[in-house]
Amino acid sequence: MEDDVARTGVIPRATPPRVAAREKELPEGEKTAAVTKMDVRQLNFYYGRTRALKDITLAIPSSRVTAFIGPSGCGKSTLIRTLNRMNDIIPGVRIEGTIELDGEDIYAPGTDVVLLRRRAGMVFQKPNPFPRSIFDNVAYGLRINQMTKSKSELADRVEASLRAAALWDEVKDRLKSSAVDLSGGQQQRVCIARALAVEPEVVLMDEPTSALDPLATQKIEELIVELKTRYTIIIVTHNMQQAARVSDRTAFFWLGELIEYNPTEKIFTNPENRMTEDYVTGRFG
Amino acid sequence: MSASAAIHPGLARRNMLSNTMTVLMSVCAVSVIIILLVILGYIAATGLRELSFSFLVNTPKPFGEPGSGIANAIVGTLILIAIASVVGLPVGILAGLYLAEFATGKFGTGLRFLIDTLTGVPSIVIGVFAWTVIVKPMGHFSALAGGIALAIIMMPIVARTTEEMIRLVPQSLREASLALGAPVWRMSLGVVLRTAAAGVATGAMLAIARISGETAPLLFTALSYSYISTDINQPIASLTYQIYYYAGAPYEQWHSMAWAATLVLVGMILVINVVVRLVVRGHHHR
Repeated sequence: MEDDVARTGVIPRATPPRVAAREKELPEGEKTAAVTKMDVRQLNFYYGRTRALKDITLAIPSSRVTAFIGPSGCGKSTLIRTLNRMNDIIPGVRIEGTIELDGEDIYAPGTDVVLLRRRAGMVFQKPNPFPRSIFDNVAYGLRINQMTKSKSELADRVEASLRAAALWDEVKDRLKSSAVDLSGGQQQRVCIARALAVEPEVVLMDEPTSALDPLATQKIEELIVELKTRYTIIIVTHNMQQAARVSDRTAFFWLGELIEYNPTEKIFTNPENRMTEDYVTGRFG
Repeated sequence: MSASAAIHPGLARRNMLSNTMTVLMSVCAVSVIIILLVILGYIAATGLRELSFSFLVNTPKPFGEPGSGIANAIVGTLILIAIASVVGLPVGILAGLYLAEFATGKFGTGLRFLIDTLTGVPSIVIGVFAWTVIVKPMGHFSALAGGIALAIIMMPIVARTTEEMIRLVPQSLREASLALGAPVWRMSLGVVLRTAAAGVATGAMLAIARISGETAPLLFTALSYSYISTDINQPIASLTYQIYYYAGAPYEQWHSMAWAATLVLVGMILVINVVVRLVVRGHHHR
């Protein structure tokens, strides 16, 4: 019992011992065994003197969608940004604990951060396409990482990425027009296509639809469900219903601590923790 | 009006104050524009009298001889601007990029203070400095020395304006670039600088306009030359020096020629401005 608390961070009520999230066998109800893609262990994160994340331990399964939910300020954005070391650009931050991608510590000295960020791509809350053409946006990652050998290969890859982001049909005859002229939802899909173009293994999405209208949101949610067969997806969302619609596993955070981490259905129908239940039923947050 | 005046007692007075300030600001703006137009108009009116095709293609002749011109000065100024730009713009822009992206804390503050101080150094002092450091060791005056003196004047100005423009680039673009696996230098040059290009070009333009009008540093470095020359190792003529020379002479005709040369100088700066703007905007919209 004690071990379970330490490993999963869950504060149980009077419940039977549950299978820890890090084991390779999943609880019944999930069809295929999932391998752990990213492993977070005893993570503590500090902005200067403030401790933003407290002893976070969880395992992200590959080829699944994992959602981080919780009220504002609970640390979910901070956590997702540690997974591709985007927090490195903020001065004064400090990290304790380990984060592993495929078994390798990404904070080990000498880690190639540039390569890490190619393997774990990120889509941000506010769409941020470069002020260039749609083609140049999607091709950017391919060009700087020299991933294609010819112009035609580049064009093919750009098309494939735009198709994967469900945007090809809408923009195929105006690839040279500026990406900034598109609607919000289309811009976000350009950003997704751009992130997919470098062939990441993990896609980190920090509230990808919070700045979009419901129609665009729906399109992107469908996209996420479709993408999970090929990528490991982690999504931070303010919108609980979105987490319920889209994710396989959900982690609930509160004030920097991981309160509960379980299959999504369980979190929303029969959560183990009282606070989780209060949050998902809307009693606070 | 009376109903709302009853609820807001000071409303009439506030509206009157607002209108007065609006009128006052408009008057100030119009005054500035009028002054500018008067100056440009006077230059144009007096300069056009002496301006002709032969004036532009001939070299200076002694007083009394017909067919004097400023061709050598035009060519000389262009060459000096070119040398100064080749040396001063890359250094200034990269310095500005460094200031914006990497210079933090006390070091950054100190660096900025030094650069700001440099922008205030009188140009004649820089001319003397260039004389000491370039002309004296070389043993003769040269266009190269003049160009470098102008570049030294340019660098801190370009650095500061570049820094301001780069600060305007939103952080979200930097993050987008890094998240795609771009190394920091690539993000800075390829995304940040490129996005700020239009503003940086404007800053460069202002610096070029500034140095085009400098005379004092050229007195100690490029001096002057009576014929059209493209040899950067020799003294060279410049529009500013010619204007100074003609304006200070006792001949009325030479005064007119000074005005004409002024008109040519202003026109040249305007043309450089427009060309660079067009090039940058064309690149931006592609």
